[in-house]
Amino acid sequence: MTKYIDQGKNDTRSGYGEAMTELGRTNPNVVALCADLVGSLKIQPFIDENPERFFQIGIAEANMMGIAAGMTIGGKIPFASTFANFATGRVYDQIRQSIAYSNKNVKICASHAGVTLGEDGATHQILEDIGMMKMLPGMTVINPCDFNQTKAATLAIAEYDGPVYLRFGRPKVANFTPVDQKFEIGKAVMLSEGTDVTIVATGHLVWEALIAAEKLEEQGISAEVINIHTIKPFDEEAVLKSVKKTGCVVSAEEHNYLGGLGETIARTLTVQHPAPQEFVATQDTFGESGTPDQLMEKYGLNNKAIEKAVLRVLKRK
Amino acid sequence: MKTTKNEHLQMAKLDELQDIVVQTRRDILRMVHKVNSGHPGGSLGCTEFLVALYNEVMDLKEGFDMDGKDEDLFFLSNGHISPVFYSVLARKGYFPVEELNTFRLLDSRLQGHPTTHEGLPGVRVASGSLGQGMSVAIGAAAAKKLNGDDKLVYSLHGDGELQEGQNWEAIMYAAGNKVDNLISTIDRNGQQIDGPTEEVLPLGNLKEKFEVFGWDVLEVAEGNNLEAVINGLKEAKSRTGKGKPVCIILDTMMGNGVDFMMHTHAWHGKAPSDEQLENALGQNPETLGDY
Repeated sequence: MTKYIDQGKNDTRSGYGEAMTELGRTNPNVVALCADLVGSLKIQPFIDENPERFFQIGIAEANMMGIAAGMTIGGKIPFASTFANFATGRVYDQIRQSIAYSNKNVKICASHAGVTLGEDGATHQILEDIGMMKMLPGMTVINPCDFNQTKAATLAIAEYDGPVYLRFGRPKVANFTPVDQKFEIGKAVMLSEGTDVTIVATGHLVWEALIAAEKLEEQGISAEVINIHTIKPFDEEAVLKSVKKTGCVVSAEEHNYLGGLGETIARTLTVQHPAPQEFVATQDTFGESGTPDQLMEKYGLNNKAIEKAVLRVLKRK
Repeated sequence: MKTTKNEHLQMAKLDELQDIVVQTRRDILRMVHKVNSGHPGGSLGCTEFLVALYNEVMDLKEGFDMDGKDEDLFFLSNGHISPVFYSVLARKGYFPVEELNTFRLLDSRLQGHPTTHEGLPGVRVASGSLGQGMSVAIGAAAAKKLNGDDKLVYSLHGDGELQEGQNWEAIMYAAGNKVDNLISTIDRNGQQIDGPTEEVLPLGNLKEKFEVFGWDVLEVAEGNNLEAVINGLKEAKSRTGKGKPVCIILDTMMGNGVDFMMHTHAWHGKAPSDEQLENALGQNPETLGDY
């Protein structure tokens, strides 16, 4: 299988911050909004260089989404950022009416998604956001896997006209994708070809999927690993092509199994090419306090969980 | 008192606007009656305001583009009064007046509550789920400042709508950030679906509340007197650009212009019967021609 090297652990949110700094210099229409979490979103350099294009909204996420929607009417490209929980569930109706239904060019940029925010616990984590956002007509949903890809995604969505939900996280994770990658919205990335099983992963679980594939290879199992950075629009063709070859699939995501990437895959397969599937995802639960590693272990979101899921799905082929 | 030439001109203009007001009332009544649904009460209460705003106060370009650069913008936050909004837009030429016939019908651009989704010229954001319009107006006002565009942003809100907390986030933000190219009007008709606002959830002294939050507030006691509304709007306009957002508390009568619809919240979201329509139209004879 294709080998990937960890170029050094980094947090995906810093990829967002770095891209915002770049956008501040290259795209005069980009404006940044934040709800009292500048430090967490890594956008201080953008603010330092473009103070007039930064809007501190305060602890008022509903107002932030509305202001972002209004700014698009003057041709601005607002990047509205806060923690994923407060960027989605708290303001679902504001996003639905003022952004998605109104088809406004707002980029909702959500950090600290999933459980790996860690010690703050369930109130500050979210495992339902992909589901909520993908159910909104017209909303693009992106969940990049590492620092480099988050940076590339942030730059790419500035060029795309329409509402986008961009999801990233807090912990430092392996940075393994190319620094100069081209980010194509809606286009899956084939990371490693294989013949026995397809592992489709998103976000922090992509690196874990690569580790699992290596361990499976040692057992004589050839896994194909696909990185779905864009959950909507979903690259059906890439997944179908792979599953037609391997005959089974494991989906892996830091999200509830209800409403996430796994469900999108299951629907695609059910309609077009029924095949056994196993879900690596949380099982309809809230998170809790703990270190990221502890939480990944407890909620079955790491390479070990993926490996086990592959062994299960192979028996069902 | 001797009238000057200028005052004669103004009176002619007032007569012309009054004709639009009456015709708009007819449009509202006929639209709601035809589909037996919609919100005539609040629409009739805000007719003078919207007619004045679009025909006398706002600085508008020809045609419609979404960005609205270098022209004044208006956002309707209380989207349920779409009948008056649609009628005023159509009579102003944003889309064919005949299209009012499609209000709330399948495949229409005139959805029950306004939306951009169907591409109706004149509408820049969806509204209906209450409390979101002021935030959007603030965003549009901020974009105007960034663009060096000195035109203004207007918004309209129901008084009951202020029970939604997002408004107070927006009210705090607008004052704290000196959004002084914004004029937000509160339609103080004192009614909401379940009854008088002061019984459902008291709003108290809105003028004081806005002032405490840092807004420049003016009250228009005769919100259904066309001349008073125009004067109020022009006064509000003169107060922009001075470091504070401007609020107009507009006292209106729900159902204004139709005697049996006034003094009650019963017509918030109810259509008139055939007989009631005839009676109401009789009180507002055709001026510009029905659609």
